[in-house]
Amino acid sequence: MTRALIVHRIVPGATVQDMGRTGFLAFGLSRGGAADRLALAEGAALLGQLPSSAALELPGSGGVFEATAPLRIALTGAPMRVTLDGETLAWNASHMLPQGAMLEIGAVTSGSYGYLHVGGGFATQTRLGAQSAHLAAGVGQPVVAGDHVPVGPDAKTEVGLTLPVDPRFSGGVLRVMESFQSDVFDADTRLRFGQTAFHRDARANRMGIRLNSDGDGFFAKGGLNILSETIVPGDIQVTGDGAPYLLLSESQTTGGYPRIGTVIPADLSRAVQTPPGGSITFDWVSRADALIAQERMQAYLAQLPKAVTPLIRDPAQIRDLLSYQLISGATAGHIEEQEP
Amino acid sequence: MDDALSKPFDPLIRPAGLGGVLVTFGDGLSEPANRAALAFSAAVDRAGIAGIEECAPSLVSVFVRFDPLGVSLDAVTRALTDLLQEQDWHAAPLPQGRRFIRVPTVYGGDLAPQFDESAAAAGRSRDDALKDLSEARVRVQTIGFAPGQPYLGLLPEAWNIPRQTNLTQAVPEGALVLAIRQLVLFSVTNPTGWRHVGQTALKLFRPDSDDPFFLRPGDEVQFVPVDRDVLENARSDPDGGAEIQVIR
Repeated sequence: MTRALIVHRIVPGATVQDMGRTGFLAFGLSRGGAADRLALAEGAALLGQLPSSAALELPGSGGVFEATAPLRIALTGAPMRVTLDGETLAWNASHMLPQGAMLEIGAVTSGSYGYLHVGGGFATQTRLGAQSAHLAAGVGQPVVAGDHVPVGPDAKTEVGLTLPVDPRFSGGVLRVMESFQSDVFDADTRLRFGQTAFHRDARANRMGIRLNSDGDGFFAKGGLNILSETIVPGDIQVTGDGAPYLLLSESQTTGGYPRIGTVIPADLSRAVQTPPGGSITFDWVSRADALIAQERMQAYLAQLPKAVTPLIRDPAQIRDLLSYQLISGATAGHIEEQEP
Repeated sequence: MDDALSKPFDPLIRPAGLGGVLVTFGDGLSEPANRAALAFSAAVDRAGIAGIEECAPSLVSVFVRFDPLGVSLDAVTRALTDLLQEQDWHAAPLPQGRRFIRVPTVYGGDLAPQFDESAAAAGRSRDDALKDLSEARVRVQTIGFAPGQPYLGLLPEAWNIPRQTNLTQAVPEGALVLAIRQLVLFSVTNPTGWRHVGQTALKLFRPDSDDPFFLRPGDEVQFVPVDRDVLENARSDPDGGAEIQVIR
């Protein structure tokens, strides 16, 4: 039988996402890709596959899913309540989803975006070099109830692994560096920006996040008469009402509103995972500090495959002990025989 | 485009995020600065500078994306500075292979409800406004904001009308909108602060095609007035009934 994930119920706005598509900025198409790129890498590490493997991005809540054939799965990003045929599963871990079993993923307990990964990755159509849906551009579609999302071949069998959680699901400090338009805001305004307590507006999506604060807005010198220039993910633009708006990977490619600064790439996962109403403050950092943070992030991503450890289970709570792989390399034989 | 031909402008190189720089050729929209941006972006593509991953022209700038751990900002800046010194980019010719495209367009009515108010804002009668907009041969200055979406200009000075204070909630794909002597043709349904003066049946972005982007910077476009039934018939054609001619 074709390997696929059957979708019985799913949150609105769920999409298949990989690392997005680069090389199309000159044509007006932004990179897009998983909102939380770290979560994509974590899922790949848990399943022992490439970080480019496509996963299902679940904004705020999940759904009810079933497999047409046994699938390895991993759950990462914003933790959600999840059960397999009624038994609670660990988040930030890999599991076996037997054919016909019901995987039920509920609402987030913190954060914003959860990810359901499958061994072999989702095998949806590649358009312009990537599988990511880019709804703002009209590329691809949301995953909806009734879909059978195709899954690629999976040579591996290991499940029951976990990763330490990188805590990033409740807002916090985002490091921000100056960009080419920062100086259209005077020094006092920039200083105040770094001292202000913001909270994430309820209105947020894959394109951007509006940030609210008490007190005055953040206005550019000389108003808004600026030519449209290229946007990079993390740019913070300030619209006419003085409220900052953090632009993400699926934003428009150019913008004519002035940008006060840019959140460093290492802090974008924390930014997108901030829940509605979550607190955010900005910390101005130098380019040198931003480079150190980038090196640390790359080193962290590079060590993820080695950081996976067996999930500690209480055997008494495992209903069907034989369906789990207990020792690396040894499996219940029927799993591989299901491969086409 | 514009008139500020004489003002010399030394190109600026400024950081844009951790892995980007912006090379800017003017402090306002001008024809030489736009040509410089288009030519310099193509030159950066050809140069194959180590660590540079992508470049994209906007109206008067070129954004260059690089791997910030693979190459230093200083090294990228030096390489771009060397390239800037190779020629007078403001005097560069327009891109090769440009086309002249005549696009059937309905002006005004239900399909383009802000034609009348735009004419009034420009101080032009309806007839004069129709003549101005439909006879203008405008050029694609950049593609951006949304996939395949062109900024076209420049229109006569009377059309230097401001953006609206409030956004229009949505204009459809193929909408022709206007502000500040420029036209934008929408590639996807989006909100806008520009005024909706015309409607075309052109599909600018075709994600399932081998050639997904219809227009390129440097292409010239004329929006030819047609009746509504002509436009409706053209909707089955992704080119929206457009006639395409190579500029020689």
